Amino acid sequence: MRIPLSWLREFAAVPADATAEGVLADLVTVGFEEEAVHRPVDELKGPIVVGQVLSIVKEPQSNGKTINWCQVRVVPEGAEQTLTGEGIDPSGVQGIVCGAHNFAEGDKVVMTLPGALLPGNFAITPRKTYGHLSAGMIASVRELGIGEDHDGILVLSTLGLDPEVGSDALELLGLYDEAAEINVTPDRGYAFSLRGVAREYAHATGTKFTDPAGAVTVPESSGPGYPVRLEDTAPIYGRPGCDRFVARTVRGVDPTRPTPPWLAARLRLAGMRSISLLVDISNYVMLELGQPLHFYDLDRLSGDIVVRRAAEGEKLKTLDDKERALDPGDLLITDASGPIGIAGVMGGAATEVSAATANVLIESAHFEEVSIGRSRRRHRLPSEASKRFERGVDWHVADIAAQRAVELIIQLAGGTADTTATDAGTAPEPRRIDLPEGFPARLIGLDFTPEQITGTLEDLGAAVTAQDGGHQVVPPSWRPDLETREDLTEEIIRLVGFDKIPSSLPTAPPGRGLTRLQQQRRRLLNALAAAGLTEVLSYPFVSKASNDTFGSAEEGVPARAVKLANPLSAELGYLRTSVLPGLLDIVRRNVSRGFRDLALMETGLVFLPGESMGTESIPPLGVRPPEEVLDALYEGIPHQPQLIAAVFTGHETPAGPGLAPRAWDWADAVDAVRLMGEVTGVDLVVEQGAHQAFHPGRTARIRLRSGEVLGYAGELHPKLTAASDLPARTVALEINADLLFEAAPDVIVARDLSTFPASTQDVALVVAEDVPSSAVLEALREGAGDLLEDLSLFDVYSGPGIDEGKKSLAFALRFRAPDRTLTVEEASAARSSAIAVAAERFGAFQR
Amino acid sequence: MSNSHEQVGAGSPGAEIPDPLDAAAVSAAVEKALADIAAADTLDALKAVRIAHTGEKSALSLANRGIGALAKDQKAAAGKNIGPARGRINAALAARTLELEAERDARILVEEAVDVTAAPQRRRMGARHPLSTLQERVTDVFVGMGWEIAEGPELESEWFNFDALNFKPDHPAREMQDTFFVEPPSAHLVLRTHTSPVQVRSMLERELPIYVLCPGKVFRTDELDATHTPVFHQFEGLAIDKGLTMADLVGTLEHFTRQLFGAEAKVRLRPNYFPFTEPSAELDIWHPGAKGGPQWIEWGGCGMVNPNVLRAAGIDPEVYSGFAFGMGIERALMFRNEVSDMHDMIEGDVRFSQHFGMEI
Repeated sequence: MRIPLSWLREFAAVPADATAEGVLADLVTVGFEEEAVHRPVDELKGPIVVGQVLSIVKEPQSNGKTINWCQVRVVPEGAEQTLTGEGIDPSGVQGIVCGAHNFAEGDKVVMTLPGALLPGNFAITPRKTYGHLSAGMIASVRELGIGEDHDGILVLSTLGLDPEVGSDALELLGLYDEAAEINVTPDRGYAFSLRGVAREYAHATGTKFTDPAGAVTVPESSGPGYPVRLEDTAPIYGRPGCDRFVARTVRGVDPTRPTPPWLAARLRLAGMRSISLLVDISNYVMLELGQPLHFYDLDRLSGDIVVRRAAEGEKLKTLDDKERALDPGDLLITDASGPIGIAGVMGGAATEVSAATANVLIESAHFEEVSIGRSRRRHRLPSEASKRFERGVDWHVADIAAQRAVELIIQLAGGTADTTATDAGTAPEPRRIDLPEGFPARLIGLDFTPEQITGTLEDLGAAVTAQDGGHQVVPPSWRPDLETREDLTEEIIRLVGFDKIPSSLPTAPPGRGLTRLQQQRRRLLNALAAAGLTEVLSYPFVSKASNDTFGSAEEGVPARAVKLANPLSAELGYLRTSVLPGLLDIVRRNVSRGFRDLALMETGLVFLPGESMGTESIPPLGVRPPEEVLDALYEGIPHQPQLIAAVFTGHETPAGPGLAPRAWDWADAVDAVRLMGEVTGVDLVVEQGAHQAFHPGRTARIRLRSGEVLGYAGELHPKLTAASDLPARTVALEINADLLFEAAPDVIVARDLSTFPASTQDVALVVAEDVPSSAVLEALREGAGDLLEDLSLFDVYSGPGIDEGKKSLAFALRFRAPDRTLTVEEASAARSSAIAVAAERFGAFQR
Repeated sequence: MSNSHEQVGAGSPGAEIPDPLDAAAVSAAVEKALADIAAADTLDALKAVRIAHTGEKSALSLANRGIGALAKDQKAAAGKNIGPARGRINAALAARTLELEAERDARILVEEAVDVTAAPQRRRMGARHPLSTLQERVTDVFVGMGWEIAEGPELESEWFNFDALNFKPDHPAREMQDTFFVEPPSAHLVLRTHTSPVQVRSMLERELPIYVLCPGKVFRTDELDATHTPVFHQFEGLAIDKGLTMADLVGTLEHFTRQLFGAEAKVRLRPNYFPFTEPSAELDIWHPGAKGGPQWIEWGGCGMVNPNVLRAAGIDPEVYSGFAFGMGIERALMFRNEVSDMHDMIEGDVRFSQHFGMEI
């Protein structure tokens, strides 16, 4: 909402030297955030004066154009030119070259003299053109920044003005005014009016407020005016769509008269264009009182006005000349011809006022908020009217606003008002709110004086009466947002001042600290960061193709994924089922920026829809839903496990003195998973696996010993890296972190440490190429028995000495007994039984 | 080396064997030995000197051996002559050995010197994302106050995101949130626009009183620019207890901001509107270390929990009251750590995270 200061002054005592900035600073204290300052003279500087064209000499040019060589008087006849400076003619008459032709000798115009500045940083200087020295410019409305029309210059008589030559044109056009723009929160519809903001300004500054509604006297009606019937057969939430319709008639108006500059200037500062006198009047009254109005051309109406819901199939051409199909939920203004307006949203084209209108019917109605909001959304027609109706308009201001419009029309467009008037509908019961004694103090923690409570509420316009145990408060009719004792308390502290709230620190009951999962996640990410991985965060919006590749191990089996209804980009229209696509985007971005050696990780939720998606309906607000309804809500929400993914590409470390760079490879992905197991204390099983996004021969499936698969690690499929512009041999992993954390032991039981000497023995076993070393290792572990303390693979060999299709795996076995020094024979026996199991299972034999 | 061998050679066999009773001769042999020891400048040279002057073939050893052949009454005198002489030589040898060993050790250390500034990088340090680190730092402050950290799903039922928070179905406030909806719209699922649904879940699931902080990712349909991102992070606090007041809200926020911005930090509330709190306020903090000097900075919203929100969770507003607040982590990173462009936080450029390492 933009508030022109001159307008604000009419209703509140604004200091003479106040600026828009100062007004904003005052309003912020009562809860209106500042948005901007609008001050025309910031980019419009004099001398800009009224001039009178003394003579025009038409001079045809070789380019076919005709220019006017004009002499323009810029000081009153007989007066001295007091301005000095380059290009200012001491005679008080300026020679001007002008290309426009819409003026005549004797016309009064706006003269921008040398030294003036126009919007767009357009400086006026004397310049030689068409063989003359043109010392200034005769301005158009567009050049002054006060309108769009640039067909010709502004002839002041067309605005109904006949000012003195030499007078300040900026003053004349209301351009010294300025506006403060505030952000109005959706609960405060009343603040979309000068009336509402002036009241708040008075609250903020303690100055006097004069209610503009109080300045209007609505005359007694001599009888029913234009017939209006309110026939809403489908109220929303039990509230009729229209509960007041005031209709007034003014006859014999001249709609072609110009809008006076002061009114146009205020509209412009308030952010609205000046359109025509009648439209401008309706907007002016709306801005002043907060009541949207609609003017009909009385002679284009036929029969009674009926306010009702739309019938199936009805259509209306709105005044933006668009044909709109109406919805049965739309509240309509209709006459005998059918719909003539969507109530509170937009009027119809057929009945709108025009330059030919002689008789005007004024509609000043009160519409229900939800109905207007739905129609506005349905037809995508946000308007100044719907904005106000949706947020709540004062029921009691409708007849006052209509009267204000009647008066302005008669004053500015002529005509006479009918003495009859229509006022259909009934006033809603005023809301009564109990405010228990001490309630504001209990909520805020501040002991209010009785005056702070009743005085503040009365200042707001509420009626406060004492009753048993506190007060009964009837909020003012323009504050439909005040419904509860908490609302009233907010008003009290808002006007007393939020800075008066004291400070105390409540003591929470003893807490349990971070949850185990939160601790595990932190440890895991810190360990991975210490191990060289850099954490990044990508967006969860991905393409269908990405989900189908990364979210499903098997090619050709599309991932079930959640589709966004309103994505930012159609291409990335799905929620991720894997973290890897986003992470790989980040890899590409880093590589393109010259960072080729990367180890990146990300943890985040993925979205895995099950059979049920959401719920058909949602329970009402303000009441705890029954358990079965809650359960249905919970069950309808897709499963969202937390995954952790990592990608490695390029080299582990750069080349250094005495150090060759080592390229990351598939084993780094597997090793990072092993690290995750070690950090969380979970026994992870690495086995040969397959996933369409990974190299078919270099993929590890990671599972728990119980069999549950946690994810995959290995080299990305060469086809995929080539097709998606990733460095070759990029390796990756993705693990379900939730399952990993859940599998962690609650308590890790210590092992006794034997201090007896260990016996270490090596064994090299030859097995078929396709036997996984982890399986051989498992076999050895099983066969070795309790004496085995540690077992590791230290070499894999194939080549000369080993048959084709075979490989040799070298293991180191460390044996130790808890209670004695092992003999060589005992260790060798354990080793032999280990080999026996491997031999039985895989045909392994010693090399 | 060769030089010292020559010297040793000069005092080696061929020297005269002194008469064990001839004190002057013995003394001369000692002097000769001490001179040779002093002249030995390597451990190898000293070893040769040791053999020459204390070995079996050395003058004093031979003289010592000659004592046995002396008359009984002369043996003691000869012993007094030879014994201390040998002792002096051995002591000098030991001292010189220590000296030369120290010299050798020092020389080896010099020889082993490297250019430590040329150490190759063998380990690669990774980094946490600063948003994560800051979030953890924030949560630790609240954990220290006894609060617990609650988390929840990012794709939510509209009821948790709006209705339970007193957003009326047709109220304009519902549209302020620029919500991402998912298909089909009839499923009433949205990407949460704030972490408040976690507060609702906490109220439904936890025992009273409740003091929880809900950090996490939230979503709005804003295009990415220098100060906006469609995906960002918030932390929201919720306290429900008997007798909580707005003063408790102020005190909690003050305590928290001082942990993050220093003892000089202050908070200021300005009236605002949110459907889920009444009264509602904008939260400004006085940031003493702000770039460009101490100043007020807008950081979030807060207020007293609307009774309708309590009722939605089955909590009796006649018995319990509560406060809530919510702040953006990206925004904090911008004004606390002087990150000037949102792009840096979401693009994943490794330079951004690595600059922070594991700290914030």
